[in-house]
Amino acid sequence: MAKTIVQEFTKGLWNEIPPFRLVLGLCPVLAVTKTVENGIGMGLATTFVLVCSNILVSSLRQVIPPKVRIACFIIIIATFVTVVELVMQAFTYPLFLKLGIFIPLIVVNCIVLGRAEAFASKNSIISSLADGLGMGIGFTLALGALGAVRELFGTGALTFWEKPIQIFGPSFQPFTFMIEAPGAFVCLGLMLCVMNMVGSK
Amino acid sequence: MREMIKMVVVLTLLCTFSGGLLAAIRGGTKEKIEYQQLKFVKGPAIKAILEGASNDPIVDRFKIKDGKIERSFFVGVFDGKASAVALESFGKGFSGDIGLMVAVNLEDDNIIGVGVTTHSETPGVGSRAKTDPGFAAQFKGLSIKDTFKVKTDGGQVDAVSGATVTSRGVTVAATEAGKIYKKLKPQIAEKLKEFAK
Repeated sequence: MAKTIVQEFTKGLWNEIPPFRLVLGLCPVLAVTKTVENGIGMGLATTFVLVCSNILVSSLRQVIPPKVRIACFIIIIATFVTVVELVMQAFTYPLFLKLGIFIPLIVVNCIVLGRAEAFASKNSIISSLADGLGMGIGFTLALGALGAVRELFGTGALTFWEKPIQIFGPSFQPFTFMIEAPGAFVCLGLMLCVMNMVGSK
Repeated sequence: MREMIKMVVVLTLLCTFSGGLLAAIRGGTKEKIEYQQLKFVKGPAIKAILEGASNDPIVDRFKIKDGKIERSFFVGVFDGKASAVALESFGKGFSGDIGLMVAVNLEDDNIIGVGVTTHSETPGVGSRAKTDPGFAAQFKGLSIKDTFKVKTDGGQVDAVSGATVTSRGVTVAATEAGKIYKKLKPQIAEKLKEFAK
């Protein structure tokens, strides 16, 4: 069952894309995808944490005693999450304000702990890096896609760097339900449905 | 037994490493974070009341110890002279404190402008003290040494209609700013000389 590095990387992009296939880490998926920008920002923050914690967990896998492994993983993950939080505050403060509590909540994101436990603690550093990067990018793509659909139908425009780009004409009536919380569930459900239809062929 | 010791040692080492790393990063980003917070939370009010200043008031700031409290002051440079300073004070509103940024001209002690920074007033009613430019404009040109009151209390400021309590909070904050200013003026003048170019 030995997979190549490329396979480890690409599985996170489609076959095991976290929110859609593994259906993990749904809290940020539902909560922050009001806009594309928020979704991608959240995805990148998670990717950073995922890659760093995977590398560290993998390199320490011989040292960490099995009985306290979860505690060790949490320390490692929490450290990198705090790093992300501080760096975001220092450089992208408006995004930090929008994502708010969901940045510290990456600590309890199932994907990060799940990859540390299920993959990084059993595999070499290089494949853990590839796995973390693939999963992270997959997560970012998923959040970006969901954010794009919700923002597009909810407001009729897509915003990048605070510049809205109007996609639909002025006669478009914003479907504001999409940017409310229930819209997130409906939209995620529809996307899962589409992914399963495409995947089953 | 050996396993027990190993668990303790590994966890301790990990925590130590984590603590060290975080302390280093916090130290490195502290100033930047403070600047960002000022820029995005208080920045808009400061920029609005020090309109036309040729410097960036958020960069040119200093602190003065007033008893136990450390107060921040923002410098405004007009016509090449560091003649204005903005300070924040608080007054009690309808629900919670209202933060008011007050800019004063040091040469004649007159108010250049005021702007509400933080508040938790009723949206659409008390919040108009922040959004209605006409309300804040009333303070312009008044002497900071006055005691400010709304007209219903026999003062000089027209309250925002329907939000007398909020308006009263703003006048209290402005009066408070005056008190701080009077008390610290010698030190402020001293500090401003450093910013004169």
